[in-house]
Amino acid sequence: MTDIIVSILLLAGAGFMLLAAVGIIRLPDLPTRMHASTKAGAMGAMFTMAGVAFFFADGVVLARAFAIVVFILITSPIAAHVIGRAGYFIGTPLWSGTIKDELRDNYDSQTHTLRSGYEDSPESVTLPPKPNPDKNP
Amino acid sequence: MIPFVINIVYFLLSLALLLAFIRLTRGPSLPDRVVALELIASIVVGFVGVHAIDTGISSLLDVAIVIALTAFLAAIGFARFLERGTQE
Repeated sequence: MTDIIVSILLLAGAGFMLLAAVGIIRLPDLPTRMHASTKAGAMGAMFTMAGVAFFFADGVVLARAFAIVVFILITSPIAAHVIGRAGYFIGTPLWSGTIKDELRDNYDSQTHTLRSGYEDSPESVTLPPKPNPDKNP
Repeated sequence: MIPFVINIVYFLLSLALLLAFIRLTRGPSLPDRVVALELIASIVVGFVGVHAIDTGISSLLDVAIVIALTAFLAAIGFARFLERGTQE
């Protein structure tokens, strides 16, 4: 019974990692590649660690495997966010079929300020606060 | 049953490692290569886990922890390096 569970978990983990590798080589640009690699890769590592914990069935090994899973779960999104942010700011070209890039118009990469894009719209009900408010009300 | 499955898993992980390495060498920009490096580190963590099952040595999980830690630090460092490079 344990053999079956461990086999399924290991095969699922390896399958997810293979999917991540296929995604990283097939997808067209940086954000989509990162979308494939970080999520599927972390999922594969977590499945493998679950298989290890089931195979040894020991308290110490379970604690170590759980520590690895928690660590991957915490650090993988952070690393993806940081690399994606850096890649966007240094001007990595997006896929030619990209239909929406909201940051391009509204984000000033020099001062790192973000506009909402609706400041001048007549539909905006509350006026945005001015950057330098006057002393006189 | 387990040794047979472990052979299959080794094959799948090696294939994934090969594909990630192709992206590492071909990647048109530096962030692509960093993403490929991080995937390679993640695959190696899986490799170490499978090897721990294969040999029955549970201490190898410590190696997996260290590899995950270094991969995270390398990703953060590369990202800082990329952003710093644009300002000068």
